[in-house]
Amino acid sequence: MLNIENLTVSVDDKTILKGLNLNVPAGEVHAIMGPNGAGKSTLGYTLAGRPNYEVTQGAVDFNGEDLLEKDVHERAAAGLYLSFQYPLEIPGVPAMTFIRTALNAQRKLRGEEEMSAPEFLKTIRDVAKTLKIDMDMLKRPLNVGFSGGEKKRMEVLQMALLQPKFLILDETDSGLDIDALKVVSDGVNALRSDDRGMLVITHYQRLLDHIKPDRIHILVDGRIVHSGGPELALELEAHGYDRYVNEAA
Amino acid sequence: MAAVKETIETVQKLETYAHGFVTDIETEYAPKGLNADIVRFISAKKNEPQWMLDYRLAAFERWQSMDEPDWAKVHYQKVDYQDLYYYAAPKPKPKLNSLDEVDPELLAVYAKLGIPLKEQEVLAGVATAPKYAVDAVFDSVSVVTTFKDELKKSGVIFCSISEALREHPELVKEYLGSVVPVSDNYFAALNAAVFSDGSFVYVPPGVRCPMELSTYFRINAENTGQFERTLIIADKGAYVSYLEGCTAPMRDENQLHAAVVELVALEDASIKYSTVQNWYPGDAEGKGGIYNFVTKRADCRGARSKVSWTQVETGSAVTWKYPSCILRGDDSVGEFYSIAVTNGMQQADTGTKMIHLGKNTRSRIISKGVSAGKSSNTYRGLVSAHARAGGARNFTQCDSLLIGKTCAAHTVPYVESDTASAQFEHEATTTRLSEDQLFYAMQRGLSQEEAVALLVNGFVREVLQELPMEFAVEAQKLLAISLEGSVG
Ligand SMILES: Nc1ncnc2c1ncn2[C@@H]1O[C@H](COP(=O)(O)OP(=O)(O)OP(=O)(O)O)[C@@H](O)[C@H]1O
Ligand SMILES: [Mg+2]
Repeated sequence: MLNIENLTVSVDDKTILKGLNLNVPAGEVHAIMGPNGAGKSTLGYTLAGRPNYEVTQGAVDFNGEDLLEKDVHERAAAGLYLSFQYPLEIPGVPAMTFIRTALNAQRKLRGEEEMSAPEFLKTIRDVAKTLKIDMDMLKRPLNVGFSGGEKKRMEVLQMALLQPKFLILDETDSGLDIDALKVVSDGVNALRSDDRGMLVITHYQRLLDHIKPDRIHILVDGRIVHSGGPELALELEAHGYDRYVNEAA
Repeated sequence: MAAVKETIETVQKLETYAHGFVTDIETEYAPKGLNADIVRFISAKKNEPQWMLDYRLAAFERWQSMDEPDWAKVHYQKVDYQDLYYYAAPKPKPKLNSLDEVDPELLAVYAKLGIPLKEQEVLAGVATAPKYAVDAVFDSVSVVTTFKDELKKSGVIFCSISEALREHPELVKEYLGSVVPVSDNYFAALNAAVFSDGSFVYVPPGVRCPMELSTYFRINAENTGQFERTLIIADKGAYVSYLEGCTAPMRDENQLHAAVVELVALEDASIKYSTVQNWYPGDAEGKGGIYNFVTKRADCRGARSKVSWTQVETGSAVTWKYPSCILRGDDSVGEFYSIAVTNGMQQADTGTKMIHLGKNTRSRIISKGVSAGKSSNTYRGLVSAHARAGGARNFTQCDSLLIGKTCAAHTVPYVESDTASAQFEHEATTTRLSEDQLFYAMQRGLSQEEAVALLVNGFVREVLQELPMEFAVEAQKLLAISLEGSVG
């Protein structure tokens, strides 16, 4: 589904990803762990097509297509979703309006019909309920004045509505209280399916208790230095990254 | 690559202003140039009473002694006033009994204009059309006026100024020039001398006008300066909401527009005046486009009267416009809500004046400026309180949004107070459209242009909410169109 080969990326002339290889087949959930500044968010931004993230080498194949050739919104319409580590505030645009505009923009790009207002309202109501988000909150400008945890929940709400094919969750667990972690994880798990892939970036084992990954990769200094099964997270929790950081150096 | 294709398409779109077409309706011109005889010609054409001719001639004399103002932050090629036509009217046709008899070419113009909302249907006489009274100003003479009868039932007079001069001379005589006197400024004097037509509204005491009144201004004939004159009077306790919309076809030479709008609100009366202006702004190099030098002023003459100006300015090459309120009556209220968008080489110098003369008068100014391309966008506002205006209050909020790095925004607030008890508050912000917000919105599936439009709509939301519902929808679309191609 997503195949990354030798990806090298620089931002403002600084090389951050240095020949990264990763393959996530459809139906699988892969976790990425690694020390601060290793390049985890950079990977997410690059896949999403953030301007100024210059790919100097490598290729990314997404469902048989060259992902890097596409514009940001085309990648989104193709089913790529990035849950931001730091979601942006959008002043003056009610969350509901934002999401509906996004949904219909994607549909238009895919040549599908727009979702009608009543259908959208019903859908968002249901999703908000399962994520324990108050409808009043959706009338406020998106993320403006929202708490850290509320912003993360909004990311998952958008994800649930947009129904993407490939999900990148960048520290979606940070800032969530224990109950919210459960609710959000349930929301993510509900999206697990044979034709979806997920890349879960996290620092903590506790998220992986809820969202069980098929594989775990350790990203250090712009490369995947080690990969393993779910047990790897426990080992990291016990011993930290020292071993891998030293190996990479 | 997709981005390249999109850029090409955007440029092509910019080159063809959607409303750039010329209609071939036979035009009756006054000879080119301006002198006392032209003024007499215009007055005679309209069968005006002697006092009106005298008024015009006095204004013309006054205008000759005045100099064109140069204090605004706009630069333009000076207008050669002798090289313009001051009168052009579609050839008079026999009186129309129904809309079917309207010149099909004129209707085609409305169709091409994609006249916003349902006015097009109204003009076409569609039975299910909503209730809008449309006084369509085609070049200089009102061609169609609808819903007159229904308005008549409630006692509301809504007609062209020329008709008002014939049917209600006493009202016109009493109020014309009472808010914007001939001597007010250069363009107002010019307008008073040569105005060709415009709208007249009178709402009798205690009457709430049963529908939104709406006018479409349109500049058509080549080299025709437009000198519209609008006069709206809300008598004691009356209410009226008036919508003004504009579009002009593409033209290579700059066209002058110097309108005068006068609003009079008597005791407890309330007037809401909304404008959506999308005249041709000129091409990407700034060639062509409309010069818009308009004088709009409201007189809150009676106690507890209220006037609210809402404007969405997206067009014109040069805009010079300050809808103002004279808060004469005690406890009267003035409001100004403005969105001014400039792109390409456009220049806008706009704002408001709130003149507090009465006690406990209140005013509120919300101005949102959006600048893109190489444009310049200036807010210029004056808030003043007379010695008698104890307890006067004003709140002003001016926000500027910059798109790209080559545009400019300026805020020039003037405050004058002769009373210690006046409370004036001013807040101003300037922000640049954030790349990160754009990326975020695009990650959710919006194209760059859709993302810009959404963020800009968010920025101006407070003002959009002041517009009548259907106008707001139209305004949103206009914002998107006028900002096409504004980002990288
Ligand atoms: N514009 C920039 N110029 C130079 N360096 C940058 C720029 N943007 C990011 N970096 C650097 O790139 C590196 C990787 O950043 P990234 O955000 O991908 O790390 P991360 O693995 O997500 O870390 P964390 O766990 O803290 O979220 C960091 O050292 C960061 O300082
Ligand atoms: Mg990160």
